[in-house]
Amino acid sequence: MKKEREIATGQEVGKIISRLADEVRSKIGLENLALVGIRRRGVELAARIRDILQKSPAEIPLGILDITLYRDDLSAVAKQPVVRETRIQFDLDGKDILLVDDLLFTGRTIRAALSELVDFGRPRSIKLLTLIDRDHRELPIQPDFTGQFIRTESNQSIEVHLKELDGEDKILLVEP
Amino acid sequence: MSDWKRKDLLGLEELSAQEIEFILTTTASFKEVSTREVKKVPALRGKTIGNLFFEPSTRTRTSFELAAKRLSADIVNFSPSASSLVKGETVLDTGENLEAMKMDCFIVRHSCAGVVEFLAKRLKASFINAGDGSHEHPTQGLLDIFTLKEKKGRIKGLNVTILGDIRHSRVARSNLWGLLKLGAHVTLCGPPTLIPPGIESVGVRVTYDLKEALEDADAVNVLRIQMERQKENYFPSPREYSRRYQINAETLRWAKPDALIMHPGPMNRGLEISSEAAGCGNSVILTQVENGVAVRMAVLYLLLVGK
Repeated sequence: MKKEREIATGQEVGKIISRLADEVRSKIGLENLALVGIRRRGVELAARIRDILQKSPAEIPLGILDITLYRDDLSAVAKQPVVRETRIQFDLDGKDILLVDDLLFTGRTIRAALSELVDFGRPRSIKLLTLIDRDHRELPIQPDFTGQFIRTESNQSIEVHLKELDGEDKILLVEP
Repeated sequence: MSDWKRKDLLGLEELSAQEIEFILTTTASFKEVSTREVKKVPALRGKTIGNLFFEPSTRTRTSFELAAKRLSADIVNFSPSASSLVKGETVLDTGENLEAMKMDCFIVRHSCAGVVEFLAKRLKASFINAGDGSHEHPTQGLLDIFTLKEKKGRIKGLNVTILGDIRHSRVARSNLWGLLKLGAHVTLCGPPTLIPPGIESVGVRVTYDLKEALEDADAVNVLRIQMERQKENYFPSPREYSRRYQINAETLRWAKPDALIMHPGPMNRGLEISSEAAGCGNSVILTQVENGVAVRMAVLYLLLVGK
């Protein structure tokens, strides 16, 4: 049996997301903002933050990024990762992009996301928001907005559950 | 993680329905890449691919070349007429020599059925069959099925008519295997001389009457009449063939109003299909070409990523 410990309850996850949305509003502003969520849970998170921020529908553009084709380990993996669709249907040029993911760990996903994003255009700025920062970075990448920092061992894992995909909001620390 | 484990793509007959579905799902993700301003992703950086076409081709060769380049692979075009094959080198020797130059994948078209499988069994590189004789042309079958699914939303239960020279057509064979595995109803239609006797046993309907073949069809895949293979007079004359089997405004009246018209190209306009039919609103011929690049990107990705 794997041991799980709940780090945040559904209510707490909701509060964290609202707080992050407030920070984004005050630090980046809404005028030039566009959100890009990294598949999978980054997309749901980005959509929630957008829903909190925008006053009318479709005010803030939201893109979906699948970083699989930009991973740095494609020549080393044993099995090919499943490729899903990237969907960015707005012009990135001059935008303030908020890149959203659930979990920040080694930083390699974010590196891939940055490489992919700049192939779509030249944003004015890119900022990073992650719900959890669990340390153990392998690249010089840091979040601009983070919900919670959790010190973990490399062999532990963090599971972010979101209503849209998992039925309820919660964050778990899972022992090996 | 995916369940794709194969080194090669030789035909659709050997694939399971799940494997075919998985390629189609992957294809849908790759289609978006070609709509970007920068139509290139780094997934296959450092991989080398060889295009070995022993038979002429523009569409398929170019489509594979674009697919490889959009995945950042390097692709080398090899033309047999300008190669050591004309000096008597065997196909296997050619393959071994090219593999010694550390190539990762070969895309092969050959006039003899089985050549690609022969090479694939003997060499470590991945092989993609781009058409071997009358045997199979799997990526064409896949792109036809992908286009059908994209337009109709499903394959299961669709009535698909494949029309024309079934006997010589590798496109027909790949379509037939793929469609049957995914649960479509397949009708083959053409002159009796161009339909292999006994083919009903694989689970298809055969009719020699175009009206009957079109009446309940959700799509009709019009095959090219391969004039280069007609030396044995399978039908009296092109005119006679057109009169009985051409898809045109007249014959399309027998079909459902939303029946799709497909053609693998190159078209003989005025022979198996009229220009009017090829250009009408139900024609998805150019969508097939567009989807071809996405299908080939998906196949290259699945074969070349992962050990």
